[in-house]
Amino acid sequence: MNNTLNHDGAKVLAAAENVVKEFKLSGNIRRGQMVVHAVTDVSLNIYEGETLAMVGESGCGKSTMGRLILRLLEPTAGTVRFEGRDLAELGEEELRHLRKKMQIIFQDPYASLNPRMTVAQIIAEPLNTHQIYGSQKETEARVKELMKKVGIRPEFTNRYPHQFSGGQRQRIGIARALALNPKLIVCDEPVSALDVSIQAQILNLLHDLQKEMGLTYLFISHDLSVVRYISDRICVMFLGKICEVGPTEEIFRAPKHPYTRFLLEAVPKPNPHLRKEQKAFLTGEMPSPVKPPAGCRFHTRCPLAVQRCSQEVPVLRNIEGRQVACHLVTA
Amino acid sequence: MQNSDILILNDQNLPPDLGLPPAEDIDAELLDNETMGDRIKTMLRKNKLAAASFVVIVLMCLAAAFAPFLTPYEPNKTSLKDRLAPPSREHILGCDELGRDHFTRLLYGTRVSVMIGLFPTSVAMIIGTVLGLFAGFYGGKIDFVIMRLADVVLAFPSLLLAMVVSYTLKGGIISIFLALAAVKWARTARVIRAQTLSMKEKEFVEAARSLGVKKSTIMFRHILPNCLPNLIVLLTLNIPESILDEASLSFLGIGAQPPSTSWGLMVFRCKPFLFEYPWLAIAPGVAILVFVLAFNFLGDGVRDALDPYLKD
Amino acid sequence: MMTNLAAGRAADRIMDMAADTAAEAQEMLAITDLKTHFFTQKGVVPAVDGVSIRIPEKQVMGIVGESGCGKSVTAMSILQLVSRPGRIVGGSIMLDGEELVGKSVKEMRNIRGNKVSVIFQEPMTSLNPVYTVGRQVSEAITVHRQVGKQEARQQVVEMFKAVGIPEAERRFNSFPHQLSGGLRQRVMIAMAMVCQPKLMIADEPTTALDVTIEAQILHLMRRLEEKSNTSIMLITHNMGVVAEICDFVYVMYAGKVMEQAPVFELFDHTKHPYTKGLLNSIPKPTEEKQRLYNIKGMVPNLLRLPKGCRFSPRCEYAMPECREREPELYDCGKNHKVRCFLYQKDQGGGADE
Repeated sequence: MNNTLNHDGAKVLAAAENVVKEFKLSGNIRRGQMVVHAVTDVSLNIYEGETLAMVGESGCGKSTMGRLILRLLEPTAGTVRFEGRDLAELGEEELRHLRKKMQIIFQDPYASLNPRMTVAQIIAEPLNTHQIYGSQKETEARVKELMKKVGIRPEFTNRYPHQFSGGQRQRIGIARALALNPKLIVCDEPVSALDVSIQAQILNLLHDLQKEMGLTYLFISHDLSVVRYISDRICVMFLGKICEVGPTEEIFRAPKHPYTRFLLEAVPKPNPHLRKEQKAFLTGEMPSPVKPPAGCRFHTRCPLAVQRCSQEVPVLRNIEGRQVACHLVTA
Repeated sequence: MQNSDILILNDQNLPPDLGLPPAEDIDAELLDNETMGDRIKTMLRKNKLAAASFVVIVLMCLAAAFAPFLTPYEPNKTSLKDRLAPPSREHILGCDELGRDHFTRLLYGTRVSVMIGLFPTSVAMIIGTVLGLFAGFYGGKIDFVIMRLADVVLAFPSLLLAMVVSYTLKGGIISIFLALAAVKWARTARVIRAQTLSMKEKEFVEAARSLGVKKSTIMFRHILPNCLPNLIVLLTLNIPESILDEASLSFLGIGAQPPSTSWGLMVFRCKPFLFEYPWLAIAPGVAILVFVLAFNFLGDGVRDALDPYLKD
Repeated sequence: MMTNLAAGRAADRIMDMAADTAAEAQEMLAITDLKTHFFTQKGVVPAVDGVSIRIPEKQVMGIVGESGCGKSVTAMSILQLVSRPGRIVGGSIMLDGEELVGKSVKEMRNIRGNKVSVIFQEPMTSLNPVYTVGRQVSEAITVHRQVGKQEARQQVVEMFKAVGIPEAERRFNSFPHQLSGGLRQRVMIAMAMVCQPKLMIADEPTTALDVTIEAQILHLMRRLEEKSNTSIMLITHNMGVVAEICDFVYVMYAGKVMEQAPVFELFDHTKHPYTKGLLNSIPKPTEEKQRLYNIKGMVPNLLRLPKGCRFSPRCEYAMPECREREPELYDCGKNHKVRCFLYQKDQGGGADE
């Protein structure tokens, strides 16, 4: 993982190296201290200008990964770098300044805006925090410019979030994230709480903004049709570990990891002719992240599992231009 | 007012999508900029009981403030010929055992009681809010120390604690202020801590952190305003409670010291004449009752008006 | 001219009604011109405004639409669970030949869970956390049937097996929080199916679930529908889910049915601009990073519905006529009806573009 350039020559913007994140659950007299293994030994590069999608089901650690990259959470072990600098070595003030370059957009446009602040206050907050402009007038002008950019009428500056629809609130959240001209934006399920027609509007907006401002997205989502539309590369996670990383179209065309295959298969397609009477179903439920299975974490649900899968942890290997963590996949 | 619609439609036993566009989905143009003040105004217009309570409280406060203009008598001037005089045209509530006009004393007593209601409560709530915010926001050891301290205060009979504080400070109004503040911060701290804990997990707080906003700013700008409804409700509960506590303390003889007076002290001093001259004890008693009830009704109304926010 | 038009329409209506009565025999559910309005302080919100829906026996019928289109209120109306300030103000709901509108609270209690049951989006909130799931499902039986405890238990365990809950015997004694989301939804389905209802209403049953679990649950619902005599009314916003398991689809918008057709017909010959917009908004693998199609604007405020067609302000095909009066549901043949003036001419014929 030491290569700082990908094959297109783009620089690594953010990188995770063997990152581990464990959450301690409050102790229980009978069972003792329990630990949730949210992310286990994940290494990942995010290249400048790309959209990297993190996909996986709930509890796979994709949202935790997003917050680790932004250092909203501290990793239990491992290193997170942004532009080559180890975030753990930065002091509080330095980190606060670095935050100008990395932002986040949340899933729930109802919870991510302070209900007691006006739109102008919300969007101006990053500008005021980092004292970007000397005068209030400049800040106001910038706020209006941002509102126009994301498609909200600038006359609405003095309104409160509850006076807007879900889609409009998401636009406000995007304007706030854009205010400081960041390089990296972590989009944590930005459209999954929205209606389909609104979803398309927001996806278009994100797409346009990326082109215009040269943004890099870490796009966390469980919706594969959205991911396929917006991302350049995909990272599939299962129970805190990466299964497969590679270019979007290649993975959709020929998924290599068994889990990726089942995941793609499971998505209901908006075409009744593709309805299959006997779909290959993933049986069983998600194992608990408190007691993840030994060996490959997917082996308890994997129909192809052999004995080796339950004993030996598969490593992420480079196979045909992508990385796969499965004992059974060979070049 | 769309808020009451949300209130009804948020009904627990119904699924979230009721077909009615959530007020959020209504065109922004159609909505007026409704602030918390507007909500309370609308509530007062609809809730007659709360409105009446509000008027009563305002009137009582005004009466206390303008007491000298409302009565021709001095509160402490004794007149032996009017000793224990029954209500008459000159003395609407009669006179007490030293011949002082009872109505005048009631007005001046209102000053002390209302002040007791407002000041110690405010001090206690400011202390409690700050401690609660810190405890909830930082957690860990800070939280542990503050909360155990609060537990100790709450575990102690509050009146007894107030008596101890009041005695050590040698009585008087100021000592009552301090005594009440010392016992009342704990409940506020608990409530605000709980609210802070839930607010801390909200995405808008995480958003602020990701923007690099300072911790103090997050606490006072993002979390505190969202505790406001809780604070208002606590305030309307704490004020009458303080007045009652002061009445109890005065009744026990360690509150307001003669010749100054308060409602509680008046009840206490008129106790011996309860059967022969009942109006003397009843008048301040009714004043306490009305004031406390008015605050409770107003508090209920305010809480209802702000409920949609609480539900968020 | 006007009178001619009106007369023609009246004739159509009579023909429609004749066709309806003929079809009613094997219909499990027949909703006719249902109107459920909410009387709020700001005015009357016509959440459901003249909706007619038919569900034949043994069918999975889908209702799709965005939030606020009235799909859930329709479901609540069937169950007679619309609460203040909402009220059914008109229309009829016939369940297996029995009128539900106007039934007393007691009568409805006997019908709910027995003849018609419902599963919600979030199974955790629909299950009581302090009782075991087995006990809760047993209760669904003992309320409606005269059976002993042991027998009820047996039926529940069998039902658990039927909905694919592993170790059904042991799970009987589990509490809701001990089960995963997928298993909880299976418990809900078991509870809904245990009295062999005529109709099961599934309100966004898989929205809160992961895709691999969603696929399992959809497959399960399809299988149950084939094995039993239960019809399913599936409420969803997800066109993929509709395509996966529905036989017939109603597309709703702002309280009205905009288009209705058998599922293959709907997807192959989409007619209404709104339905087209919905389908086009879904990112497709073919369009490489091009701009996604999107329906402009947002769902109208039901308090201030636009004049004419409710979709006209957002519709790219809108004609002057659309802003003047409201279109009816025009029959395009093949059981396909569309509420759009573009298809007025096709009415009655089997015309197909």
